[in-house]
Amino acid sequence: MVESKHKWKAWLYLSPAIVLLLIFTVWPIINTLRMAMLEGYNGTAELGGAAFNFGIGNFVKVVQYAKFLTCLKNTLLLCVLTVPLSTVIALLIAVCLNSIKPLQRLLQTIFFLPYVTNSIAIGMVFATMFNIIGNNIGGENQLITTAGVINNFIGLFGVDPINWINAGSAYWANITVLVIYIVWDALPFKILIFLGGLQSINKQYYDAAKIDSTPKIRVFTRITLPLLSPMVAYAVITAFIGGFKEYSSIVGIFGEKMGPAGDQFRLNTMVGFIYDSLASNQQGLASAAALILFCIIFAVTMVNLYVSKKNTHY
Amino acid sequence: MKVELRNLTKIFPSRNKKSNDVVVAVNDFTFTIPDGKLIGLLGPSGCGKSTTLYMISGLQKPTGGQIFFGDDDVTELSAENRGIGLVFQNYALYPHMTVRQNIMFPLQNLKGVDKLTKQEMLDRAENAAKLVQIDELMDRKPSELSGGQQQRVAIARALVKMPKVLLLDEPLSNLDARLRLQTREEIRRIQKETGITTIFVTHDQEEAMSISDIIVVMKLGVVQQIGAPQEVYDSPINLFVAKFLGTPPINVFKGRVEGEKLYIGGTAVLDTPGVKDRAVTVGIRPEGFILDANGPLECNLSGVEVMGRDVSVVSTHGESLNPTVRSIINSDNKVEAAATVRYSLKSNKVFLFDTETEERILF
Repeated sequence: MVESKHKWKAWLYLSPAIVLLLIFTVWPIINTLRMAMLEGYNGTAELGGAAFNFGIGNFVKVVQYAKFLTCLKNTLLLCVLTVPLSTVIALLIAVCLNSIKPLQRLLQTIFFLPYVTNSIAIGMVFATMFNIIGNNIGGENQLITTAGVINNFIGLFGVDPINWINAGSAYWANITVLVIYIVWDALPFKILIFLGGLQSINKQYYDAAKIDSTPKIRVFTRITLPLLSPMVAYAVITAFIGGFKEYSSIVGIFGEKMGPAGDQFRLNTMVGFIYDSLASNQQGLASAAALILFCIIFAVTMVNLYVSKKNTHY
Repeated sequence: MKVELRNLTKIFPSRNKKSNDVVVAVNDFTFTIPDGKLIGLLGPSGCGKSTTLYMISGLQKPTGGQIFFGDDDVTELSAENRGIGLVFQNYALYPHMTVRQNIMFPLQNLKGVDKLTKQEMLDRAENAAKLVQIDELMDRKPSELSGGQQQRVAIARALVKMPKVLLLDEPLSNLDARLRLQTREEIRRIQKETGITTIFVTHDQEEAMSISDIIVVMKLGVVQQIGAPQEVYDSPINLFVAKFLGTPPINVFKGRVEGEKLYIGGTAVLDTPGVKDRAVTVGIRPEGFILDANGPLECNLSGVEVMGRDVSVVSTHGESLNPTVRSIINSDNKVEAAATVRYSLKSNKVFLFDTETEERILF
């Protein structure tokens, strides 16, 4: 316990962090609440001396907005599809990586690369791969147009080229590309924590299981998975939170118009909606949407924690 | 089930790729373990006793030699097909399962004709738990048990599938002194009740001697001596075995034999008929000393430790290779406070060893 006459020293040393937190974290949160509760709030108008009524008008407006409902639907769909998929795939890769000895380090590095690569850049590469029109320089400096890498690849199996992301593409095709991209992007972090978890499991459990002639599948379901459950719970919770904030992947592939040409903003998400509202000087709407997003994430995380508490063995 | 080891050898490759030094963990171990006996593999750390156990279990593959269970060569058989039970040093109980689930786990793996119904499994688990007296703890998790209770669960899990051979790796090393004493008797009782051939590894000579039918003393991968505990104690084959067995440890002196008499320092202390004149290393068990005012061996008295039944006399001697000479004598004898103490010796508690090879010289 610090003596009271020295307390000011403690506060002094803490003050840089506290001041920064107050300015850039606490005040924005309070201000978001304030802006959300002022009907039709607009920053420029407020500077011009306008006054706003206190009320829940912003929330009502957001919820009634068709664009917002599209965003909510897209966000939920991507979460529900990508979180289980990336978790299961990461788990399989981690278990396989853990069971091989040669090249383990190299493969670990390769699987980790997406994590350190810019997601917009990866998005653009994906956009090119899934493009229906790929560019290819032929003979005599002639520009020959061919289908993109992915369409070429599925063509090997006799599948006709699919319009993945270009004008006139189907919604399910767009979502498929996004799911592949998001899952691929989410793998490294999950593989890393699963591998860490797997390597911290005492080898003796596996020796004991071997002595008792346990089949491999049962070793996985009865020993590996339960002992890994804290990591799985952590991965799922953080993946859901990340999933609800999905934005840059869509910008990476479809550009900032958030959709294929001719059907813009079809793939917009909650965070995209917030950004758009801010850009169009509707801070009240953006704040309300941000608070709604916060409440959804909070509720989902609570459910996650409740479910994982029942099924996790620490 | 008798277990036979033939020229069993395990060589670990060098960690450093450039050097060619290899570690010979077990060197040419040949021994037949009779059916239904309790065998103690004994030696200091790094002597290859655990490696031997893991080779018998199948978790490690021998570099050379063969292992037979009964008449079947199991050398190439992997651990899952050997039908053994193994109790790990740290028990390796599955932390997320209850005691009952842990014990039932091996039974749920049985296939084909051996497959059991749920009720049979529960009954067998219950019986195994009763055998080790933990049937009241069936619904607890391992983390809610004491070390001794976890140990019993581990034994029950190993026994429940009725293995042909039970292997225990340092089973008592994680227990406190009192529990260790109790548990080793327990292991003996369970082994007798089940009649399963049991092999256990320990570095504690007292533990090995107290419960084993046969002890195997190892050093640096080489078997030194195999025999009944008392026999090995009374007749150690070399200085290492003599030093390793017994608490307090044996007293070692520099000495020489001249005219069939053993000299320690300048005085003849014992007749050694049939031994040629030579320098020797002398081992004297603590209980081999007799307090005798006219005895030939004179030591400088440093102190007396009372242990109730016995007293332990601590002294020093110029020719002793240990820092102190420790004797155990009956507490009826009064040790007088004086500068020196004199002993005569019991000839069956005195061993002579070659100074070079450390092999025993019989007389």
